[in-house]
Amino acid sequence: MAQFKGWEGFVPGKWSNDEVDVRDFIQRNYTPYEGDGKFLAPATEATKKLWEIVCDLSKKEREAGGVLDADTKIVSTLTSHGAGYLDKDLEKIVGVQTDVPFKRSLQPFGGLRISESALEIYGYEIDPSVNEIFTKYRKTHNEGVFDAYTPEMRAARSAHILTGLPDGYGRGRIVGDYRRVALYGVDYLIKKKEEDKLGLSGAMTPEKVRDREEISEQIKALKGLKAMAATYGCDISQPATTAQEAIQALYFGYLGAVKDQNGAAMSIGRNSTFLDIYIERDLKAGLITEEQAQEFIDHFIMKLRIVKFMRTKEYNELFSGDPTWVTEVIGGMGVDGRSLVTKTSFRVLHTLDNLGPAPEPNLTVLWSKRLPIAFKRYCAEISIRTSSIQYESDDLMRPEMGDDYCIACCVSCMKVGKDMQFFGARANLAKCLLYAINGGKDEQMKDKKTGKAMQVSPEFMPILGDGPLDFNEVMAKFKNMMKWLAELYVNTLNVIHYMHDKYCYEAIEMALHDTKVRRFFATGIAGLSCAADSLSAIKYAKVYPIRNEEGIVVDFRIEGEFPKYGNNDDRADELAVWLVKTFMNEIKTHYTYRESVPTMSILTITSNVVYGKKTGNTPDGRREGTPLAPGANPMHGRDCNGALASLESVAKLPYEYSRDGISNTFSIMPASLGKDD
Amino acid sequence: MTGRIHSFESFGTVDGPGIRFVVFLQGCPLRCKYCHNPDTWGTGGKEYTVQEVANQALRYKNYFGDKGGVTVTGGEPLLQIDFVIELFKVLKAKGIHTCVDTSGFTFRADDENCVRKHKELLTVTDLFLLDIKHIRDDGHKELTGQSNRNTLAFAKFLSNNDKKTWIRYVLVPEITDNDELIGELKEFIDELKTVEKVEVLPYHTMGVAKYEQLGLEYPLKGVEPPKKERVLNAREILSKRSEE
Repeated sequence: MAQFKGWEGFVPGKWSNDEVDVRDFIQRNYTPYEGDGKFLAPATEATKKLWEIVCDLSKKEREAGGVLDADTKIVSTLTSHGAGYLDKDLEKIVGVQTDVPFKRSLQPFGGLRISESALEIYGYEIDPSVNEIFTKYRKTHNEGVFDAYTPEMRAARSAHILTGLPDGYGRGRIVGDYRRVALYGVDYLIKKKEEDKLGLSGAMTPEKVRDREEISEQIKALKGLKAMAATYGCDISQPATTAQEAIQALYFGYLGAVKDQNGAAMSIGRNSTFLDIYIERDLKAGLITEEQAQEFIDHFIMKLRIVKFMRTKEYNELFSGDPTWVTEVIGGMGVDGRSLVTKTSFRVLHTLDNLGPAPEPNLTVLWSKRLPIAFKRYCAEISIRTSSIQYESDDLMRPEMGDDYCIACCVSCMKVGKDMQFFGARANLAKCLLYAINGGKDEQMKDKKTGKAMQVSPEFMPILGDGPLDFNEVMAKFKNMMKWLAELYVNTLNVIHYMHDKYCYEAIEMALHDTKVRRFFATGIAGLSCAADSLSAIKYAKVYPIRNEEGIVVDFRIEGEFPKYGNNDDRADELAVWLVKTFMNEIKTHYTYRESVPTMSILTITSNVVYGKKTGNTPDGRREGTPLAPGANPMHGRDCNGALASLESVAKLPYEYSRDGISNTFSIMPASLGKDD
Repeated sequence: MTGRIHSFESFGTVDGPGIRFVVFLQGCPLRCKYCHNPDTWGTGGKEYTVQEVANQALRYKNYFGDKGGVTVTGGEPLLQIDFVIELFKVLKAKGIHTCVDTSGFTFRADDENCVRKHKELLTVTDLFLLDIKHIRDDGHKELTGQSNRNTLAFAKFLSNNDKKTWIRYVLVPEITDNDELIGELKEFIDELKTVEKVEVLPYHTMGVAKYEQLGLEYPLKGVEPPKKERVLNAREILSKRSEE
């Protein structure tokens, strides 16, 4: 007899023996599926009707200028709002962020100003009582950060050499193990957290006090989650007993997270194979049909599609839209060699047919050479029809991450419930190179007092003279400037994450992590290809500086040809590799908050446009204000030996120095992939 | 030995089977009105040694899989036949599938040396993509500025020497999209023993910008790509062979 009714029929193991271990549960209970998608069921009438309601609301939202309704008074918490529905009688999976679908919630803990200005843009005004509370009585993360920032940090931020810093909004990127809510029930999770808290005794160092306080916050959040589910008439205190209950409980876990946090990326983890175990159990018992199984999944995904946050116009510009990054990873291989593809991997992708294509949730297939061929074919078909699947290399990540990791945002991998990350935006290396040339004076920003170019770094010796730039001299100065930038960057993030933990702690997400969690300290770089090409130009062509009347180098004259990153030409590519290694090595030398493991990413997907605006003319011939390339992409139009040459250049970047991910935005006309026949 | 190269494409998917490294050689004796690479016509390009080109291609060996390999095209690659032979010798030694995309124009059946040279080429080439621009000589001259005699002779030469061949035919409304012409082409192809595939390539206007860049008048101004049903029609006429 199983300990809980919800565990009946499951193979027991470590997971059921007084230990929270979802991976162990999956490994002992899942059914790999090697077949094709013929078993899949179409959308039910209820699904179609619900989706019509969503489409109708989306249309109204667009007509209203982007926001249909926004809360101006009730600060969002797990229990701040009553239940909300699209159509209560039709919904198999329930729960929205406020009491009405499409009504955006008020989340000022990250920063009051952002909340206020976001409302203002869309014609709303924050309730005076909220303003009063968050200015007089309750401090926000944003306020905390600016209390601690140094003048240099502020200057680097204004000059946008450090950019996109999560100092005025939720940092996001933390993925709770929402499966735990379904598998264990909240009461069990509370019990485990209470045990963990008891274990933290003895000398009360500041660290231990903080940990005890955080666990208490987590326990309160779990209780809040139970109360939230109760408003929908659901009891999630015990393990889920059916597939519908499991999906519902898992979704409530996620819903709690998005009610609590307006993070830059609110990813959901790795759930399809976990849920498949419940669906298989119900199908075998004859409790549900395939149509019903698909309906549960369709309704679940539909809910993820309507997750919305109140964000400012600048934010939406930075990300070219209003992304929520509800990334769900699918597939991948187990470390024992079995594929993790199940029928529910198909069911989740099938929502793209049943509900039509959509950017969210960000369905991400963990690709391996060894995935079942029928699944690969199915993915390809769906990709061709909908262009809505993201692919990432499981073969690259699995050796280090095992087989129960997920992706936060677009490429950051973490073990579900065991790792978290401190999101750290990025440093602009193209701009850093200009600083090396100008001795740390900004090429765009003026000092308000003197009217001259703003000195952002300490005064370094600039490049003098009008002769062609000397590669070795530039490299020496650039190295020094990168050293300065890396230290400032890490310290700025140390301030940010300290304050985020203090004033905007992700209690419900962390409640769904192990108490002893591995923390990543994520940093990032922008402008990689621009900086690499600039160095290449200086090395292989002749680049003459052009100065303004103040002597600041504001433009360059290039004589001759130079190799460019993106053509599988080692001369240019090795400069890009050098940049990645050098900057990461600098990052590693510094203290990082809470013993976190430093990582780096190269993944500006849309923000490269805005970063480019804040970067002057560069030695590669790029004009001031024009976009940098996204992520690790070659500069636009400079890769001229075809796709593989371009990809090979990117593939040279060492993943071990950029563990938080490397992105390459790549679009291709179907016809250029070959002929139909 | 060096060759004059216009450019490389590391991810060729339309010039032969599988994923191919495509080498565009500089120079062409034809002036096809629909040519989308007019920048390969004249002299110019960049000199590369055989080994340099082979090294470039070999970097992509992992992508070639069972079917892919290297295709030389142009321009007319066989204007530099010695270079192609030397390049393919190196590639064959590495087990790479080799393919030539040619108009066959350089083949002169009555020139012994020329025939010998092309025979040597056959020994290192796995597949020929032979472009028959127009089946009638007058039409060919009008379209390309040259006779099709060498092209047709080369087709027979490939057949007689048992060399695997794909025939390619660019379908241009009014000029080559004519059932009677396509029928004649089919009759010609039916006589050949080694044709594995006939590709109908719909005319497209992607080359127009290049003409503008080169300051050339675009000869087919106003001609639209063929309608899909016309493409299917041409394919159907040309594929009847397989039913016999």
